[in-house]
Amino acid sequence: MSLSLLTAEFHVERDEIRCIACQVCVRQCANDVHVYDPDDDRVYSDETRCVGCHRCATLCPTRALTIRCTPQEFRANANWSPSIITSVFKQAETGGVLLTGMGCDQPYPIYFDHILLNAAQVTNPSIDPLREPMELRTFIGRKPEQVGVVQDRDNMRLETRLAPQLVLETPILFSAMSYGSISYNACLSLARAAKECGILYNTGEGGLHPTLYEYGPYTIAQVASGRFGVHRAYLETAAALEIKIGQGAKPGIGGHLPGEKVSEDVSRTRMIPQGTDALSPAPHHDIYSIEDLRQLIYALKEATNYTKPVGVKVAAVHHIAPIASGIARAGADYIAIDGLRGGTGAAPTVIRNNVGIPIEMAIAAVDERLRQEGIRNQVSLIAAGSIRSSADVVKAIALGADAVYIGTAALVAMGCHLCQKCYTGKCNWGIATQDPYLTKRLNPNIGARRLVNLLRAWSLEIKEMLGGMGINAIESLRGNRDHLRGVGLNEVELRVLGIKAAGES
Amino acid sequence: MKRIIVHEEYCIGCRLCEIYCLTQHSQSRKIIKAFKEETPRPLARLVVEEAGPLSFAMPCRHCEDAPCVEACLTGAMQRDERTGAVLCNEKRCVGCWTCIMVCPFGAILRNVTGRKVASKCDLCYGEEVPVCVAHCPNEALTYEE
Repeated sequence: MSLSLLTAEFHVERDEIRCIACQVCVRQCANDVHVYDPDDDRVYSDETRCVGCHRCATLCPTRALTIRCTPQEFRANANWSPSIITSVFKQAETGGVLLTGMGCDQPYPIYFDHILLNAAQVTNPSIDPLREPMELRTFIGRKPEQVGVVQDRDNMRLETRLAPQLVLETPILFSAMSYGSISYNACLSLARAAKECGILYNTGEGGLHPTLYEYGPYTIAQVASGRFGVHRAYLETAAALEIKIGQGAKPGIGGHLPGEKVSEDVSRTRMIPQGTDALSPAPHHDIYSIEDLRQLIYALKEATNYTKPVGVKVAAVHHIAPIASGIARAGADYIAIDGLRGGTGAAPTVIRNNVGIPIEMAIAAVDERLRQEGIRNQVSLIAAGSIRSSADVVKAIALGADAVYIGTAALVAMGCHLCQKCYTGKCNWGIATQDPYLTKRLNPNIGARRLVNLLRAWSLEIKEMLGGMGINAIESLRGNRDHLRGVGLNEVELRVLGIKAAGES
Repeated sequence: MKRIIVHEEYCIGCRLCEIYCLTQHSQSRKIIKAFKEETPRPLARLVVEEAGPLSFAMPCRHCEDAPCVEACLTGAMQRDERTGAVLCNEKRCVGCWTCIMVCPFGAILRNVTGRKVASKCDLCYGEEVPVCVAHCPNEALTYEE
């Protein structure tokens, strides 16, 4: 075996004065970085295995550990960066496609960070959300062209029959993350938090574990190209159904859950043999056109007696606006659009980093197109793909979304440190793993509590921002791009986003 | 009385409970000093048991009908009337290990660092919450009525 040219990505700095050789780091590292030597009563670290997840540093009782990026530096080269050089090394050694986890980490512009919000001054009053009611409740689903009301005696009655709607107490949902890609405890944390906050979580393409059926009213059940775990009870239990066409991290390609992650429980939930790879094909083999998509949408509506919204999730790609128009016309009740930076449990690095368009552009283009065509009311839009803060939520909604999906932010709330090694199944935080030694590291009581806290905090901040703009309902913000201004953007970018530059009035 | 409840499904086997217990029962009560300077090294009053992925800390249950109190030859093992905790008066303990033999949980440990005495959980006498509970990173130990 020849010498590997790869050197350690991280540098483990152990303060020997502080280290008490208690071996917490040894026990907590699933990558076997730390090793205790009883002869010396010392702990040594093999840095080549470190993924930078900070599990050891966080649990170290004397804070003796600091994980740094390796001080080993290549000769400076603006073209051949260290990550590109090491990618070539890896492929020269393995001959394989490089895999990664989480969302695109490349330095493309983050348009959310080039958009500023408005606030009311003098000419219109701002609203104090602590003193006055502020409405964040959001309805996801097809809205009627017009609403007919009949008055009989003292009662007002709605004449129009409304399409099924999802009710969200705050305009945020948890993105699709399957049981299999994440642990049971992570799924349970999401389900419990969704129930407590009055929002929904999404099963991903992993089916629904029997013990999670009680959270049905807070569950969106996904139907993806592999059709894993799809059966009658699954469709009937969920509050809404979602046809997954694409994912922001890997538009145009399928999914692959390695056999090692297909435990007995996962195999039963997905309805596939234990230990076999779960391969989701790149396309749905029954969808080759908008007409085919319409057939599946109506098959699902028929199967659930038109009682549930049926949505379609697509990745943000170049022609997203006409694609979304087609999906709306195919009868979807909502469209979830997953941007360039959307996360994943496993994707080829080259796809994740190079395919798709930013969610800010996609949501603005789709909202504009649907308004031009006069069909914006027919679908709700859910923006996904790296919503990192309450400000991103507000900006996404002002750009035209009805609500947002959060995946990575939810995982980070549960302890994820974005080490991007989800595909190895060795998640030290007990999230993206099925290893019984690791899954118990996520206590669902703590996970759910942290998620609820995050949603509560963001909701309070959204109310503050709305109040500052003089708006008292999230409905009034949707597509209200006059409340956005761009900084450091060129004219084309401003035009696509449909916003003015800062200073323009 | 309040007891330490063990939730084995969330125990991650990190043994931080042992580490903080040892520190709490050291002379200095300072973690680095307790481990590096105090000799003999102080002992933790609980042990984490492990078998495969299953692990849990096993502190004294402070049983209502504590067999160790019944069995103690010298009356060293007594129930604290105020708190209800079962405590070992190490001055009276002669290290006969009868308590260890009768304890159905194996929660009493031997301390042979000096004079032989039984060593067990005292619910961190004087602390509002035992340190093992306070420092369990995954709430696998809780302190409840």
